[in-house]
Amino acid sequence: MNEIAVPLCYLLAAVAFIVGLKMMSTVKGARRGNAMAALGMAIAIVGTLAQRVDFDWTWIVAGAAVGSLLGGWLAYRVPMTAMPEFVAMFNGLGGLASALVALCDLLHWSERTKDVELTPASALGWTWVIALVLSLAIGTITFTGSMAAWLKLSGKVNKGEPVLLPGRHAINVALGVVVVAVSIWLGGFAASHGVQTGAAIAIAVVAGLLGWLLVLPIGGADMPVVISLLNSYSGVAAATTGFVLKNDALIISGALVGASGLILTQIMCKAMNRSLGNVIAGGFGQTSSGAGGEKKKSSYTKVKSCSAEDTVAILESARSVIFVPGYGLAVSQGQHAIRELADLLEAKGIQCRYAIHPVAGRMPGHMNVLLAEANVPYEQLVEMDAINPTFKETDVVIVVGANDVVNPVARNQVGSPIYGMPILDVDQARTIFVIKRSLSPGFAGIDNPLFEADNALMIFADAKEALLQMAAGFKGK
Amino acid sequence: MTSLLVSLPLLLPSAAGDQNLALIAELTVFVLAVFLGIEVINKVPPTLHTPLMSGSNAISGITVVGALLSSLSGSATTTNVLACIAIAAAMVNVVGGFLVTDRMLKFFKKR
Repeated sequence: MNEIAVPLCYLLAAVAFIVGLKMMSTVKGARRGNAMAALGMAIAIVGTLAQRVDFDWTWIVAGAAVGSLLGGWLAYRVPMTAMPEFVAMFNGLGGLASALVALCDLLHWSERTKDVELTPASALGWTWVIALVLSLAIGTITFTGSMAAWLKLSGKVNKGEPVLLPGRHAINVALGVVVVAVSIWLGGFAASHGVQTGAAIAIAVVAGLLGWLLVLPIGGADMPVVISLLNSYSGVAAATTGFVLKNDALIISGALVGASGLILTQIMCKAMNRSLGNVIAGGFGQTSSGAGGEKKKSSYTKVKSCSAEDTVAILESARSVIFVPGYGLAVSQGQHAIRELADLLEAKGIQCRYAIHPVAGRMPGHMNVLLAEANVPYEQLVEMDAINPTFKETDVVIVVGANDVVNPVARNQVGSPIYGMPILDVDQARTIFVIKRSLSPGFAGIDNPLFEADNALMIFADAKEALLQMAAGFKGK
Repeated sequence: MTSLLVSLPLLLPSAAGDQNLALIAELTVFVLAVFLGIEVINKVPPTLHTPLMSGSNAISGITVVGALLSSLSGSATTTNVLACIAIAAAMVNVVGGFLVTDRMLKFFKKR
């Protein structure tokens, strides 16, 4: 009975995941899609536990209780600005779990064959060995890489700046070679169980070190790519664990998540005009901006600035306004202020929209969540390709805490580090207000000619305060 | 699915042949699932990419199934402790992932 019922449960779970993800293709259906996926997970878990297997219930209940409570508490309490760190940490836990499950499978086999000395390859075949070491290595790389990303994103390691070790590429290659060598030895030559366990742990440790070192040199601006990639890895780790256990539920779900992360990675790379290899090599923009320390002297000559109050007259005569939010908005917690201003403008019949660059924020879609939390209706959030042709007919653009994604250099200056990167064509609007603390360069470390364009006015202030002042000025009229 | 496919070739003589067939079946499932994933995920609008990521993260918590199957009575305590940690980590993923995704999706409103 088990032989049919349990795989059927897993099949049902896989179908629920697929249908759930499919329902995420519309904003309306997304919430039910998520619930559908959760139902699939419940079916998989109940189906597993209903088997007549001799489970050790104490450890199961303990682990499940601690994990559920901790997960629920974290989900309830995490602020939306911290979503990137949160997702990074969760990716890591998924990787850790997969690696541990693979290790447990090795230990179980050792226990079952206590008195026999056999190499894993001769007893279980190379397929199993390869799945095992892949699961161990990818799982731990995901774990430590995600922990590094988590610590960097929350500014706990070197304030999120890249850490560049001398000869880091050689070190990484060496660590990779060690993992492969130990894996071959574990599969084909290690006959005693104690030694096999030691080799498996060695693979986990070395791969873990590799994951840590791979993420450390990657700069803050590239974090959206890293999180997407680690998301993909957490799926691949689950899938390889599925190959170890010969479990279809893990294989299918892991493949889905792996594909999802890969697509997001691709989208992020394209939006930044970078290749994946280039991101992983790390240290973007370091040559020109010197790790944030010695800032290159900017050569602005004709920047015009105004106060937040000065904008009111221009806004009043506008018929259409587009906001361009960047990460600076999230940093100053200005999401609610931006909506307050938009509400006032709309009350006067001025059309308001938000232009969302794919890499606005620190993970794919981050800005949309932040604005949604501030009750901005999602129809007003317009993607780059859809909104770019409309800047020409727009009266006022308000850039809030964004820099590189509105830099026209990307369009017309061959040889610039960001040349070819898709940008928002805000310079085509009639008037552009740029709210920014100073003229300091963005992540790319280059000047932005937009700031001295004839139709641009800088407002040097904190994003939230400037927006509130604009709203107050507008209200006073 | 695999176990159905595996049980079919009972007539095959060698255990190695059985194993190879099982591997092919698993790889087939994996590769097809990747393609299906690409098709499905490509249709998710960019505005939902963050919830998609946290939701798919919860799905990768499926590894909890493997973790549960690792916690067997009669095993060494070390193994069971490791399985327990795996269960806890995966359950954080599952419960936290689905809940936070729901919390986020609640924000997305029409005017």
